[in-house]
Amino acid sequence: MRQYILTLICAFVLSPFAFSQDHNEEQQEHETTTTEEHQEAGCGDHEKEAFNPGATAFHHISDQNIYNIGPWSIPLPCILYNAAQGWSLFSSGKFHIGEHGNGHTAVDHYILVEGVVRRVTDASFPMGEVEIGQHPVFEKVKQEDGKLKEIAFVCYSDQLYPSDAKSTADGGLFGGGVTSFYDFSLTKNVVTMMLMFAFLAWMFISVAKAYKTRDGMAPKGMQSFIEPIFLFIQNEVAKPFLGNKWEKYLPFLMAQFFFILGLNLFGQIPFFGGSNVTGNIAVTMVLAVITFFVVNLSSNKNYWEHILWMPGVPAWVKTILTPVEVLGLFIKPVTLTLRLFANITAGHMVIVIFVGLIFLFGKSGESVGASYGTAAGSTLLTMFMMAIELLVAFIQAFVFAILTASYIGAATEEAHH
Amino acid sequence: MFGSITAIGMGLAVIGAGIGIGQIGGKAMEAIARQPEAVGDIRANMILMAALVEGAALIAIVTSFLSNSAQ
Repeated sequence: MRQYILTLICAFVLSPFAFSQDHNEEQQEHETTTTEEHQEAGCGDHEKEAFNPGATAFHHISDQNIYNIGPWSIPLPCILYNAAQGWSLFSSGKFHIGEHGNGHTAVDHYILVEGVVRRVTDASFPMGEVEIGQHPVFEKVKQEDGKLKEIAFVCYSDQLYPSDAKSTADGGLFGGGVTSFYDFSLTKNVVTMMLMFAFLAWMFISVAKAYKTRDGMAPKGMQSFIEPIFLFIQNEVAKPFLGNKWEKYLPFLMAQFFFILGLNLFGQIPFFGGSNVTGNIAVTMVLAVITFFVVNLSSNKNYWEHILWMPGVPAWVKTILTPVEVLGLFIKPVTLTLRLFANITAGHMVIVIFVGLIFLFGKSGESVGASYGTAAGSTLLTMFMMAIELLVAFIQAFVFAILTASYIGAATEEAHH
Repeated sequence: MFGSITAIGMGLAVIGAGIGIGQIGGKAMEAIARQPEAVGDIRANMILMAALVEGAALIAIVTSFLSNSAQ
């Protein structure tokens, strides 16, 4: 016990020092590079921006094309498509990942900005592997419609080249700007989901085997960890909400619950990937869409009758009720998506912002005393938040399962007149 | 710049959800005090109801976000 406390104290005392040193070095490095390049046109010196905790938090919770374990960046395969270039398949290690996940090399117009692949659209930019040296620069540029938009620029042979926004599944149609490329890469989130799938499959197969070989004996090892959780979901979620059809939907509920719980808990491990899978709105949306299809495909006539033409109410009320019920059909998966996404994202962002306070009040290492003072407070607050998040991880997985069960239960309920 | 009106909308949504979840939690506590043997059922329903109230607040928050970015 004493060892743990000593380690904690050491980590606590040394952490602001390490951070401040890191940032001082960075600043010095920055100064030397800017003085050297100051005279040349094009990529002039860019003022080091003040620390922005909000932007830092968003950067830390976003999906990336690299996997970070502690200080190491593990490259992941990139699968990119552009209409003119066709498919590109290479490892993100080709970008020569530097600090903050910024690549030092451009590969076939593609660059790595804060761990995310972007593309330089300018046709005069050379193909193949090109050294871009300096970090990408973010600048607010006025668009044609008068809006300010932040664009990442890269510097190559003393010229700034603008890059596209991140690739999204909608191709940027719903905001973020239309991109010239699609990113189908195995990103951090995808890899984490695959790992979680493999882990859950291994865990449940071995537990299932143990029930066969140890029939009639007391549960042992992993069995005794899984059994209470499994029985809790079976008895508190599946049986009360699904009635006599609970056995049919139990595998779906269990898969959903344990997948979400596993990813929630995996996202809490500090310095190990920091993958924020269930805090990614695309992932939660897919989970909710699966629920939507399961609910509506297993629905019966009674359910649709109650939505489209509610029996037992006056006709003029029906004209109000029907649109509301039809809207509710789609609002249910939307709230499922947002609830999980918002709860997990908010927890992660609060932790990053608490840590960010150290840099904010310590002025990125200028005032060491303030860094120490804030570190004392924010360490305690972060530990408190992580304890809360552990609770939230369980509650959100449980809520997702219980709501799914209640929606399925409502859709399969038999008429009782 | 003192922030945006989005913040007011989000704050109002959170007040609404806070009142709703507070009511649910308070009533659940009363119910558990009256009938301690029903604690399991009450807890499950409490979490379910809190999640539904939270859903309404989340829609308000996201709408305020969207209306801010659509300006």
